Amino acid sequence: MMSLPLVVLLPFLGAPLAAWSVRFGRLGAPWASGGITLVTLLVLLGVAEAPFAGRTMVERLPWLGSAGLDLAFRLDGLGLLFALLILGIGLLVIFYARYYLEAEDCLGRFYTYLMLFMGAMLGIVLSENLVQLVVFWELTSLTSFLLISYWQGSEEARRAARMSLVVTGAGGLALLAGVVMLGEMVGSYALSDVLAAGDQVRAHPWYLPMLTLVLLGAFTKSAQFPFHFWLPAAMAAPTPVSAYLHSATMVKAGVFLLARLFPVLSDTPAWSGLVGGFGLATFLLGAYFALFKHDIKGLLAYSTISHLGLIMLLLGIGTPLAAVAAVFHIINHATFKASLFMAAGIIDHEAGSRDMRKLNGLWKYMPHTALLAMVAAASMAGVPLFNGFLSKEMLFAEAVGVQTQMAFGWLLPVVVTVAGVFAVAYSLRFIYETFFNGEPVGLEHTPHEPPRWMKVPVEILVLLCLVVGILPALTVEPILAVGVSGLLHGPAPEYSLAIWHGFSPALLMSVLALAGGVGVYAFRAPLFALAERMGGRFEAVRFFWRGHDGLLRWADRANPWQDGVSLTTMVLALVGAGGIVGLAGHLGGGSPLAGGATPTPLDPVSLLLGLGGIAAAGAAVVLHRRRLASVILLGAVGLVIALVFIRFSAPDLGLTQLSVEVVTLILLLLALYFLPQHGPAEDGAARCLRDGVVAGLAGLGVGLVSWAILTRPHETIADYFLEQAKPGGGGANVVNVILVDFRGFDTLGEIAVLALAGLGIFAMLQHLYLPGPAKDHAGRGWDPDRHPPIMASLTRLLLPLALLVSFFIFLRGHQLPGGGFIAGLVTAVALIMQYLANGVSWTQARLPAHLHGIMGTGLLVATGTGLVAMALGYPFLTSTFDYFHWPLVGEVELASALAFDLGVYLVVVGTTLLVLIHLGMVHRASHGVSGNPVGGQ
Amino acid sequence: MILDTALGIAFVLVAAALGLNFWRLLRGPDIPDRIVALDTLYVNTVALLVLLGIHLGSALYFEAALLIALMGFVGTVALCKYLLRGDIIE
Repeated sequence: MMSLPLVVLLPFLGAPLAAWSVRFGRLGAPWASGGITLVTLLVLLGVAEAPFAGRTMVERLPWLGSAGLDLAFRLDGLGLLFALLILGIGLLVIFYARYYLEAEDCLGRFYTYLMLFMGAMLGIVLSENLVQLVVFWELTSLTSFLLISYWQGSEEARRAARMSLVVTGAGGLALLAGVVMLGEMVGSYALSDVLAAGDQVRAHPWYLPMLTLVLLGAFTKSAQFPFHFWLPAAMAAPTPVSAYLHSATMVKAGVFLLARLFPVLSDTPAWSGLVGGFGLATFLLGAYFALFKHDIKGLLAYSTISHLGLIMLLLGIGTPLAAVAAVFHIINHATFKASLFMAAGIIDHEAGSRDMRKLNGLWKYMPHTALLAMVAAASMAGVPLFNGFLSKEMLFAEAVGVQTQMAFGWLLPVVVTVAGVFAVAYSLRFIYETFFNGEPVGLEHTPHEPPRWMKVPVEILVLLCLVVGILPALTVEPILAVGVSGLLHGPAPEYSLAIWHGFSPALLMSVLALAGGVGVYAFRAPLFALAERMGGRFEAVRFFWRGHDGLLRWADRANPWQDGVSLTTMVLALVGAGGIVGLAGHLGGGSPLAGGATPTPLDPVSLLLGLGGIAAAGAAVVLHRRRLASVILLGAVGLVIALVFIRFSAPDLGLTQLSVEVVTLILLLLALYFLPQHGPAEDGAARCLRDGVVAGLAGLGVGLVSWAILTRPHETIADYFLEQAKPGGGGANVVNVILVDFRGFDTLGEIAVLALAGLGIFAMLQHLYLPGPAKDHAGRGWDPDRHPPIMASLTRLLLPLALLVSFFIFLRGHQLPGGGFIAGLVTAVALIMQYLANGVSWTQARLPAHLHGIMGTGLLVATGTGLVAMALGYPFLTSTFDYFHWPLVGEVELASALAFDLGVYLVVVGTTLLVLIHLGMVHRASHGVSGNPVGGQ
Repeated sequence: MILDTALGIAFVLVAAALGLNFWRLLRGPDIPDRIVALDTLYVNTVALLVLLGIHLGSALYFEAALLIALMGFVGTVALCKYLLRGDIIE
């Protein structure tokens, strides 16, 4: 049993389930999603002992082995840690969102997106194949787009969603390029091979460009400076989304990627400089800007950016102990930041505002929530006894430890401490201005505590913050050790998870940060004045929109160059260019127009039919304004073309052409009823002449090219198929064998498209009622006799005969001209004939046709044929055949492809009937206004 | 021997009929003329294909002839219904 693919697949299966379960009440969606998440978690826990035992679990489903692409999943400590975070916090968010979303929000849609995101995220952290990882990576960008724009009515949400998609999507493209380079450098896309090839990669000349591309992907996803601006904008999403995607999980994907590739990419000057440098800048700038945000969620967003920068910095420092601190901070940040976002959501929900200039003194109104938020914020600030303190002190210790190894090393502890100061200051501001600082200003209603259960997820997370903060060695130690060994791809180093390490530089920095933070907040007025004066002049988001608008303006200017001209002019340019290229090739190449092959002698009957066809086509052009006449003439042209196919040894094509011809005729007549009987007049003789000359030349050109091709002897793959048809597919009719066997997958795709097109036409025709003309083309009234008895009786007699023909053509298809497609058309035509002659109500009373069901059955039968082969251990759609002896009939070949052909047959019958009958019913008058069809005998 | 002669004569006659069909199809003058011309064209094509099958000693042309007979009829019914009622599926 494959567990890991199941873990990734389950949420994707849960998504449609969540959408469907809304039918049973709006709370069906949270129940379904929660249940699926719980099951997924249990499946994961079932295999979790492998990483704890030091084993890496890899499960592989072969796919395109020759291209190095397998569907491969991997579970090691790092993946397990992230998967647990995703599922654990996901469960809490599912619970929380059920209370957060209002009655008018569509829960089904929300939970569907959430489950899709969860599956994609699990795919990232459990991927063994790098390309597969990038695919899931892009899926998280897409689902994040859907979740940010969940409140589609809000312009702000839509803009934010677009921006995040552009930034993270562009980063994803860079990452794809980087991953392809990495894979080519190693010679394999399997993570196990890549992780083992660290020295080879670091010594490779492509190392720096590859690293830059991978970092672009990681930095955009994890909102590192200067790509950080999409994250604050993404706060337009519902708060559960912010808590889940934009603090705990998705933005950690960039961090995860670098942790995943840490053994391969790290330990070079370029790595420390880029990852450490951008991490440090983000850490400092994020903390600084967070202080000045009036919106609680804005403050938390910049704080998230800052903390992501902190983790990046630790990865950039690159020592094993820094890696421990990075993993530890990933866990801690996920717990306290998710609970803070949830608390912010509660405040928004119950007080109606997120603006700290309005929210004051909430302690009186919601003391319980305030207490929870204060604990989490203390952890965010790095106050001792809370989990944030432990990992932050590890950072301080590492910053002091590595300062001796580089120039200006003394700057690192200083900058880190300054960032710590701002972290304390903004945490303090959040607590003081939200819960104290006087009374609320201008709130629309009195704030109060939320429903009891809404606080439960916050309580769980806050409890974790406390327990980990006080008893780290007893709680977080095992999973931390496993995560670190997964990151380092080796044993974890010695480290101590104590609260008290004695007097050390790190302790001094912690004290300085706390004291400085209080000081900065106390004397914040000049800083706020400065921030006010800058007025966001350097905010990166402005540059983004400026670039965005510039691009659109440029596109607007470029557009007229390509489609500002009329359609006819474009066709003229296209045909002219084709003619010039063809002529130049012919004159320059110097080869004769006609090849050496001897043409088939011309017999007088073929000549007569050809000339007749040409004359009919010409007459259709001349008479094109009289539409009915030209339809009839085109019918004759179609017949001649079918005869040409039959005459030149393509009987299958001929039969198909004949069936299509009559179906087209019926379709044209159905449409013609609602159209003017005479086409509009032309613009003038000069224009007609010009167009005629161009059309004539184009036709001449195509004719000459055909002549040149047909007179040359040429080798095609046809001979191969002709040889293989009998031994490979068991059929003598090579056309049919190719359709249902050799290229069965193509055919499956084609019938799916056909069914979709039919459904599309059906959807567009529904509820469409058009008035028909009262008089015919010559101005006479219509015949009052709807269904003349002679015609009705005769066509009824014809039905069994026509069905017999269809059955005959279907069965012999594998050996002789015929097959499911033609048989389907013949059946459809035979049934349409009954509708023509006897009316809709008469026919449907005797033949209640569930056309959608027929189409669906057809697709299922065709797909099922393929799946049966898979179930027996062969590739999809492998066919088999054998010969049986039937009494009376004799030796009969039965191929599994016949079942596939039956699927094709059903889809063709269903689609053709669906389209034609509903087009016929568009005319309301002939069926009664109430939708009750009248007519028939 | 006699079959070859008969086939030759038959080909000439069917071809002449086809030619006349085309003539009526092109000239019209009215819609019913053209419908009948198209219908007869189908009928004569059936004859032509059967003759060709006999001539080449092959049964491969039989299905085509069968299908042309069926489709020709349906086409004619549809066109006539259109002339009578305009709305062909009602």
